[in-house]
Amino acid sequence: MSIRLGVPSKGRLMEKTFQWFGARGVTLDRSASEREYAGIVRGAGDVELVLLSAGEIPRELDAGRIDLGVTGTDLVRETLVGWEARVDVLAELGFGHADLVLAVPQAWVDVSTLDDLDAAAAAFRARHGHRLRIATKYHRLVREFLREHGVADYSLVDSQGATEGTVKNETAEAIADITSSGDTLRANHLKILDDGLILRSQATLFCARRADLSDADRATLTALMAKLGVD
Amino acid sequence: MQDPNQPRRPSDVSRAAIRAEAQRLRGIFEQAGAQVVETAILQPAATLLDLYGEDIRARAYVASDPMKGEQMLRPDFTVPVVQMHMADGAEPARYTYSGEVFRRQEAHPERASEYMQVGYEVFDRTAPADADAEVFARLHDILAPLNLRAATGDIGILMAAVDGLPTTPARKAALRRHVWRPRRFRALMDRFAGRSPVPASRAALLESTDPMADAGPIIGLRSEAEIAARIEALREDAAAPPVTGADVDLIDAILNVRETCPNALERLRDIAVDMPSINGAVAGFAARLDALAARGIAVDDLAFEASYGRSQMEYYDGFVFGFTCDAHPELPAVATGGRYDALTRQLGQGRAIPAVGGVIRPGLVAFLGGAR
Repeated sequence: MSIRLGVPSKGRLMEKTFQWFGARGVTLDRSASEREYAGIVRGAGDVELVLLSAGEIPRELDAGRIDLGVTGTDLVRETLVGWEARVDVLAELGFGHADLVLAVPQAWVDVSTLDDLDAAAAAFRARHGHRLRIATKYHRLVREFLREHGVADYSLVDSQGATEGTVKNETAEAIADITSSGDTLRANHLKILDDGLILRSQATLFCARRADLSDADRATLTALMAKLGVD
Repeated sequence: MQDPNQPRRPSDVSRAAIRAEAQRLRGIFEQAGAQVVETAILQPAATLLDLYGEDIRARAYVASDPMKGEQMLRPDFTVPVVQMHMADGAEPARYTYSGEVFRRQEAHPERASEYMQVGYEVFDRTAPADADAEVFARLHDILAPLNLRAATGDIGILMAAVDGLPTTPARKAALRRHVWRPRRFRALMDRFAGRSPVPASRAALLESTDPMADAGPIIGLRSEAEIAARIEALREDAAAPPVTGADVDLIDAILNVRETCPNALERLRDIAVDMPSINGAVAGFAARLDALAARGIAVDDLAFEASYGRSQMEYYDGFVFGFTCDAHPELPAVATGGRYDALTRQLGQGRAIPAVGGVIRPGLVAFLGGAR
């Protein structure tokens, strides 16, 4: 057996992850073919590199098909119920920063806080006969956040992309989405609620919580963690 | 001594044993004059979402159907039984049922996500206190061999207190809407009482002579008129005098009542001197105690908490109760119930009937010793 490390398979997240490991003496490399989602690890013993979509890494960690994985905090919390019991945070990697926020139209000058959103939702429902719709792909995180803060009379509508456009298209009245600079929100005439920060996310190295590693694999893992300076 | 045949966990009880226990319990309710009813397992999600809001998705299993739209695996019987009664029920009516309900258990993965419920529901306009007592006493008598702890409460007293607050109708409506969300209820109370600071954004909005000056384009379904209406409502609210500290204290005093029933009644009567709006609800509580005593319930030892069931039992708006097992604190309640007059109004399309009911979990009854 070997230790399997899951890393996002494309884009800046992959490059930055490669750099982060490289700076700690562990070289990650795609295999010779750019098209093949496999890779090579040098400088860390018996470790295998698996390239995956960032969204699949939480589930693969949970299923035990990879032992270590780099992905966003947002994806782990959205995908894994009771995530603290299922994965350990080894290190926050300092890139891939993104905030999951609740945003409403800029023109809603009367809505700046969750308290306002709740009151506006009650009035909206009475007026329009349906609940105020919030477009998101982070259903669990948003629902838990709104429940904890006692916001009622909303419904979540699924949006897997171009979420900022849903308000203008009248398929939602508000959105909950990931933003890094807020530029896209502003360009779409949306504003973040003062207390609308649901989660701060960044690229994070997670370790699956498993008891069934072989002695050899556990030694490999311990050595890798020491080399990376994480525990 | 541990009985070697006694199961160690609820999941050790066989389905056959649970089904037999459910049959026995339903038989008792039938004997008492209840009509047996059945409901579909697949329920239209829209009705449940309308009633419970988005939170129900965290608790119920949703199935999609390209023809019928979203469906939910029955998370409880109350809603379909009320719908059935409102559609063609005779009055008064007593119903019993047994069957599976389905609940996602994200917060408690160790709990069953599929289990049997046996219920007893009474639709009767004549004597609410008697109906409350009847439902409680039937469940109490059935569960008596299991030595459970009974807890009771009455959401109607808090609602009456809110309705009687000397403040604006808008504030009362906001508080009523959040009776079942203690944290938001508290935040609203603090704001209406002037105890929490006005957010800077709110203060700026109220001071602005032309709030829409920098609003930018209006996008989405919520119109400029709706925004203007809320600004007007906020201005009215800012001009209204704060809820007095004395009134906040009275609400807190009600929420903190936690005594045996006779002491709780005494305490609530004291509070009612300063808050006469709860007199009717307190008189209803007193009448219920008499009705319970007449059915042989030892009300002197029965526990009462004014905030009981506030965060989990959202459609109940009067009497609420639950039976739990001290020897097994890890178990959910073995039986729960309460009065849900408002639910019949919401589902009755203009009609309403006072209703009270309760459910027992035969799986837990069998686990704890059941009929033996």
